Amino acid sequence: MAKPKVVFYGCASCGGCEKAVIDLEEDLLKVLDALDIVLWPLPLDFKMKDIEAFKDGEIVVSFINGAVRMSDQEEMVKTLRQRSQIIVAFGSCAHMGGIPGLGNFYTRDTIFQRVYKEGLSVENPEGITPQERTALDIGELYLPEFYDTVKTLDQVIPVDYYLPGCPPPPDLIMNAVNDILKGELPEKGAVLAPNKALCDTCPRAEERREGISIKEIKRPQQIKLSPWKCFLEQGIICLGPATRSGCGERCIRANMPCRGCMGPVKGTIDQGTKAFSMIASILGLEEEEGMTEDEVKRLINDIVDPAGTFYRFSMPASLLKRSRME
Amino acid sequence: MRKITIDPITRLEGHGRIEIFLDGGGEVERAYFQIPKLRGFEKFCEGRPAEEMPRITPRICGGCSTAHHMASAKALDDLFKVEPPSAAKKIRELIYNAFIAEHHLFHFFYLGGPDFIVGPRTPARERNIMGVIAKAGMEVRGKLIEVRKRLRGVIEAIGGKVVHPVCGLPGGISKPITEEERKSFIRAAEYLVEFSVFVALDLWDNMVLKNKEYVDLITGDIYKHKTYYMGLVDEANKVNFYDGHIRVVDPNGKEFAKFETQEYLNHIREHVEPWTYMRFSYLKNLGWKGFVDGEESGVFKVGPLARLNAADGMATPLAQEYYEKMYEALGGKPAHNTLAFHWARLIETLYISERMLELVGDPELTSPEVINLPTEIPAEGKGVVEAPEGTVFHQYETDGREIISGVNLITPTQNNAAAICMSIEKAAKSLIHKGDVSDEILNMIEMALRAYGPCNA
Repeated sequence: MAKPKVVFYGCASCGGCEKAVIDLEEDLLKVLDALDIVLWPLPLDFKMKDIEAFKDGEIVVSFINGAVRMSDQEEMVKTLRQRSQIIVAFGSCAHMGGIPGLGNFYTRDTIFQRVYKEGLSVENPEGITPQERTALDIGELYLPEFYDTVKTLDQVIPVDYYLPGCPPPPDLIMNAVNDILKGELPEKGAVLAPNKALCDTCPRAEERREGISIKEIKRPQQIKLSPWKCFLEQGIICLGPATRSGCGERCIRANMPCRGCMGPVKGTIDQGTKAFSMIASILGLEEEEGMTEDEVKRLINDIVDPAGTFYRFSMPASLLKRSRME
Repeated sequence: MRKITIDPITRLEGHGRIEIFLDGGGEVERAYFQIPKLRGFEKFCEGRPAEEMPRITPRICGGCSTAHHMASAKALDDLFKVEPPSAAKKIRELIYNAFIAEHHLFHFFYLGGPDFIVGPRTPARERNIMGVIAKAGMEVRGKLIEVRKRLRGVIEAIGGKVVHPVCGLPGGISKPITEEERKSFIRAAEYLVEFSVFVALDLWDNMVLKNKEYVDLITGDIYKHKTYYMGLVDEANKVNFYDGHIRVVDPNGKEFAKFETQEYLNHIREHVEPWTYMRFSYLKNLGWKGFVDGEESGVFKVGPLARLNAADGMATPLAQEYYEKMYEALGGKPAHNTLAFHWARLIETLYISERMLELVGDPELTSPEVINLPTEIPAEGKGVVEAPEGTVFHQYETDGREIISGVNLITPTQNNAAAICMSIEKAAKSLIHKGDVSDEILNMIEMALRAYGPCNA
């Protein structure tokens, strides 16, 4: 039987998802024997023409990381959708927009203004910005369009499966690859990770008190972080209650709170709203526990950058999708 | 006018495209290296809490996430005016060095090395890690897997995650390390010393330096530009990755500038072109003279060979030996041979193994005191480290609530961007004649940029 043709490709991403695949190393090298990787620019020398030569559906699976921020990324994922039987949104950016999705708090113009004109080390008296078409005396050069709004992969093409995480944890990557090779696939649209909240698998769960009520929000630089106590109990914002487990609690074990990169558990429409309401209830805000209205307001006010914190990895996937355009 | 396109560039981190314009006679008129991508960290970090920057900026580049994490943590030390405890600094330098070595070995075996170990002229299908293993053998395969696994073990134990570690906070790190961990770090460092000498540098000696064709490519004119060089140095002007002074040498190797992180804006400026999303760093005091080399041009290089050029030597004995051997073979300092970046990368890996051994031998490493809480209201902070592929600068400004109001970022690839464009054009002009183009020739053009290990994410 011919080896299944597989693609790894990145859009608006950092390359960390692909580095995570490389870091599987021994397992990766074994899997490489079973797959026919036909495009993976990071370690292999295949070019666009190689992909364009494929027939529709000839690629068994394309693992696509990164959000969609540029026009060429949109074109590429549409091409891959057509040529592939299965599309896996690989990592937080493809899944929910990820860190580049924070760009949705701004517009193309405000981003260009800062990056190319007002940067502290930028010297650009003529106010040049990258152009989609540049005429040279010897010909023309083209650049893709930079969109105003960052999109998740499934806002551009139909996606079959999601592999969450920034980057996805090694064991979940291997499980996904092996399941696809064996043809043992869950229902379409599934997130290939356990459907449990991080709080349920948190190593600090045993020490957690029932009915936490917090009188003060703290920032990580304001207290010495306890290596065993629930972050929320310490007054530190942690997205554990609204985030899917399966990450191996890697940040928590390094004594840092969760920022939500695995996305929400099944059935949650909006991770940020869910996080905010879960944390508000944990903080005792719902019962208000004898707090005055002013005290409650102050507590909420003490949560700095709530949108950028609760939607750290999921702004484009949220109900809001982006800040309002003027 | 004929146009040849290489799209995408491969065995590199991030995205890029090369456009080559040929004249009527099939000779190269101009070649352009375009970055078709921007995400805009400098803008969208505005409004975020300052302390979150080490958790956001690593996503600038997943390959060198630890470099951005550390530059960011150092910028926060400066922002909050808080000095980490001595143990925290050592642990930071340890995770940092483990990361550099892990990345250098990734680059050599997966990205740049296949062009030498497998060969620039082998078919595209074989020019990769599998080809390297086929050529170097199963023993090398086993040791490569083992050494990178052990290095990742160090990174994970301290930083939580290999890609996008989370330990950095203003004034230190999030948790101490245990004696058991320290012992495993010693074993990792010892393994790395062995690997650097007996596998990596041995492969370089036997498979590259003993091959006349490769030596001619490395020392020849196709891959050569005389520019300025920048790198971090310690008090004795030796290479350091985590901290030190920023030193710049001119194309003759003479010190041109030596400055502190605080002063970087007095020395570096960035130029913008309409045909790429990349910005181009240059030395402010020389100005932007275009894509040209030489003493008059502000173009400079960073990264492995640039660091060695900008320093007076290596801080550890074995690495110093190999450093001297390299310059002897290349005809003295500075060396302008782009392909020697690969060589310098392996010598740096050896230095790191020795430096890691020094660090892990220090009993202070397991001190429980790993953080000092800040007490000052911040306003502005700057941080610098040597990323695997060159000097990286982070600068943050904050409002009264410790929320980011301004960000400036200069990545290694921005610093090398002008030199990379020049290297590609020179390779294209040297290798393409009478319109004759093959996969092998196009790969040899890509080799000009692979040496820098650019990240265009």
